[in-house]
This record gives sequence, structure tokens and C-alpha cells, in this order.
Amino acid sequence: MRILTYIRQVLDAEESVHLANNAVALENSKLVMDTMDEYGVEEALRLRESGIEAEIVAVAVGPARVQDALRTALAMGADRAIHVETDIRLDAIALSKVLAQLATQEQATLIFSGGQQADWDSHALAAATAERLQWPQVTWTSALELKGTTLTGKHDADEGSESFTLELPAVVTTQQGLNEPRYPTLPNIMKSKKKELRKESLDQFDATPKLKFVSAEIQVKNRLNKILDGKDVPAAAAQLVDLLRNEARVIA
Amino acid sequence: MILVVVEYANGKVSKSTWEMITAAQDSANASGRETPVTALVLGSNIAAVAAEAAKAVDQVLVADLPALAQYDPELWSAAVAQIATEGEASLVLIGGSRSGREYSPRVAIKLDAPLLEDVITLKAAGETVTAQRYTFLARVTETVETTAPLAVVTVKPGVFNPATPKAEAAEQFDVDLNLPTPRLKVTGKTAERSSRISLAEAEIVVSGGRGVGSAEGFTQYVEALADQLGAAVGATRAIVDAGWRPYSEQVGQTGKTVQPKTYIAIGISGAVQHLSGMNKSKTIVAINRDAEAPIFKIADYGIIGDVTQLVPAILTELKK
Repeated sequence: MRILTYIRQVLDAEESVHLANNAVALENSKLVMDTMDEYGVEEALRLRESGIEAEIVAVAVGPARVQDALRTALAMGADRAIHVETDIRLDAIALSKVLAQLATQEQATLIFSGGQQADWDSHALAAATAERLQWPQVTWTSALELKGTTLTGKHDADEGSESFTLELPAVVTTQQGLNEPRYPTLPNIMKSKKKELRKESLDQFDATPKLKFVSAEIQVKNRLNKILDGKDVPAAAAQLVDLLRNEARVIA
Repeated sequence: MILVVVEYANGKVSKSTWEMITAAQDSANASGRETPVTALVLGSNIAAVAAEAAKAVDQVLVADLPALAQYDPELWSAAVAQIATEGEASLVLIGGSRSGREYSPRVAIKLDAPLLEDVITLKAAGETVTAQRYTFLARVTETVETTAPLAVVTVKPGVFNPATPKAEAAEQFDVDLNLPTPRLKVTGKTAERSSRISLAEAEIVVSGGRGVGSAEGFTQYVEALADQLGAAVGATRAIVDAGWRPYSEQVGQTGKTVQPKTYIAIGISGAVQHLSGMNKSKTIVAINRDAEAPIFKIADYGIIGDVTQLVPAILTELKK
């Protein structure tokens, strides 16, 4: 079988967000593979290590720098990578057109993607791709097992979690808790440099953005930052309760 | 028409639905056109929900079918897309719940429509829809725009003011649906219902993190404080993973997003993933041992110190 793992390159969680020209500027920040996507790469590797014959193809769409995230996936153990290079910012609905076509071209039967993107805070790519392919989907998985073409596992629903079973092909979203992604080892990093990273142009996919991004702003709510020293426990407790009752007026 | 897909739980229309009605009415008024707001209720044995929804909108479409007894993304998206097409909807509003955000992209693809996810403002002028939404783990507010005869929108819970019910109930119509057979088979559920007020509806949320020490510590400090304040209980991913608390209480990127009047963080350091689920709260209070914890940067009030001593002292003070 062939597994596609979709990868985004996003701001490292510890980095601050900067704006330029009414949009988020990433150029001078530390960028990493979206952690939500790492769980997908790891899960694909684990499926293969459990004895399933699978080729794992990492896919990313974005500017030239995105190939760094693909190299990370290759160093983790993915077999090859496809980079659809573009500077156009595609929303999830437009992006799903690219991913669905790649899945068809590659004859993939399983697609992994992170549950939420840490850049557009979108959940939409997996379901949109599944719909285009007429495949089922399962989102927010926390346990997965594949036997033949039957996928079983657990995933999060509106309230609590559900056990499920599903026949491939399918699109699956991943999250923290599904597994513990491995760090690329030095030999694997060296090996990954020889792995295929194919560039594709966006043109052939006929994917135009459905949304126009008008502006971005960082709304920092001014916080009062009245932080008390808790060494004198009763005094600090009394002072906090007084502030909440009589200044903020948020408790009775 | 503007179509609102009704969210409900335990036979009652959810607060998120009343918020969507406000968003729908706002955009109907702004569009300057005669745009009826239509509610769509999907499920099985949902007469009470449909009757309640009738007090909010201009008309109610009801699909009360055994096949809809259980939510499924393929069923829900097929139903909504069919009704939106038949009713020539200009806007389809879906709740920003986990399920709403899961099936809405399918609706958008079926209708060849743009999708505006998790919006916090919504304006429609002619065929142009403008919305604001949070991005970059809720650290940035972006404005997006689309021009299309039909747009699909998910509405972030807890942002719009809930609409007030009208005295007169709108007419209800039963609808026929062509439904697919669901392919995702749910074989078991871990229901996690708390007897407390729900996170989405609470004015005060008391949350706990690793700093409470143990599952017992959570009960002793976080739950006790929540009970004293009539608050909902929240938790970080770390302690949900540790099995100290049920998943339904998790606040953050992979859990729930809350925006209460007051958020009290006990023993929470403030990882960006957690902050993205609560950083829009009106007043934030933090108690943590580590003065350098990121949670203090976004706190209005706080104490640096030992949770196990401070919380009992606060409880004593509150009971005075």
C-alpha cells in the first residue's frame, strides 16, 4: 500500500508571531514541521514497522523553504517526498484539490494529516480531501491499528471518545497522544539526503484560493499583571480574593 | 435563505445555536435583502428540539429520521448540502464544535463553496462575505473575504451574543433526504459527562495542570474551588493524558476553546497549546509556583506560590 502524510511547516511554538504588510511574516522565525503532522509521519512508520508493506510519501505545498520540513519527514523515515511549490497562500478547500489529485496519481489508500494546522488553525483539509476522493474520514485519532484494509482505533468526538472501524481507503487526522514521534538519528539524516524529493508546479492542479486574506493583526489584550508573592500564604490569599471581589468584581 | 444547522444536546438547543442565530440575523440585516433565517434540525426523536428552535428563526426544517440517530460526517454533510441546494441558501451556518468543523468541509466541497472556519465576526454584503477568525494558535486575528453565491461558515462558540427566543413559533416543515450509508462504524463510546456546568456555558472556569500534583490534588484544589464558585472544571492536555481527568474537561488546541468571564488557572504553566484554548477569557487568574511560567504573562491577577497551600487559604477566605 501507499501512505501519504501531509506536512505543514509552521512557526515553532516558542517563537513570537511577527506581522509585515498586513500578514504574518515567517521569514526570520524558526520554522518546524507542524507537531500535529509529526504524529502522522510517526504513525505511518509504525504501521510499516508492524509488518505492513507500505511506501510512505511525505507531501507539502508551499514556498521553497517548505522542503526543510519534508527533509525532516524523510529523516524520520518516509521513503520519498513531493513538494508542490507555490508562494500562493491556499485555504484548506483549495489545498484539498492538490492533495486529492496527488492521492489519485500516487494510488494512495491512506492519508494522514494533522487534526489542526498550527498556522491557519484550520481543521478542514482532511474532510475536504476525503470528500473530493469520495473516501470516508476519521478525525482526531488517539489509537490506530490496521489489519488488511480494516482500520480500527479510537478517536475524539464532541463529548468523550469513540472506538471505530473503517475500511480503507480513508483520510485520518492525527494529534498529540497518538504516539511519540521519533527524532531523526544522524545516520538517517545522512540517508535522507539521498532520498527523492520531487518538485511539482501548482499549475497542473488547477487549485485557486477560495478565500482572500485581507489583513492580520495581533490583538494583545492588555492584562493587568497584578501578580502577588505567595510567601505569606494567608495574606496573599486574602489579597487575591479582595482583588477579585472588589476590583475585578468577578466573584461574589 | 440563511441556513443554520441546529446544534443540540440532551434534547435542548445548545447555546452555540442561539449564537449562530445572532450571526445569521446580523448578516441578514447587513445584506439589506429579505433573507429568511431557516433552522435545520437533524436527528431522531427531535420534536422538542425543533419546537425550541422554532422560537428563534423564520422557519424550521426538520429531518426526524432513525437513520440520523447518530452523528456521522457523511450523513450530516449530505443532508446539509441537499437542503442548502433545494433552499437556494446564500449562507450555511454550522457550529464550530468538533463535529461541525469535521463535516462542514464536505458541505463546502459538495456545494463548490468557500469555507470560512471558526469565525468571530461575520458580515455579508451582496455576494461578498467578510469574517474575522483567529489563526496561529489563536495569537493572530485575520480578516478573510470571499465572493460567492453561497458560503459555508462555522461559527466559533462563545463569541456571538445568544439570540433571545421569540414569543411566536415559526412554522415547521418535514424534509425528505437522500442519505448515504455511513462508512465509519462506531463500535463503542466513552461518554464523559460531568454533573457540573459545562465548560462552554460557564461564566467562571477553574482549570488545573500538573502543578496540582495528582488526581487527588485536582479534586482537593481545582474541584473544591470550582464548587465554591459555581464554576466549570477544565484541565490541561498533560493531566488528561495522565488519566487524572476525563477528556471532556480538556482546554486547549486539541480540547475545548473557552472564553469565560473569568478563567482561574491552578498549577498551569501555560504551554502555547493550552493558551490557545483560553487566552480570550475576559479576566485570567493564575496560581503557580514558577514565577517564569508563561501563564503569568497573560494573567490579570495571580499568586506565585504553592498551590497546595494557597488554594486552601483562598477557600477559607471565600467562606468568610
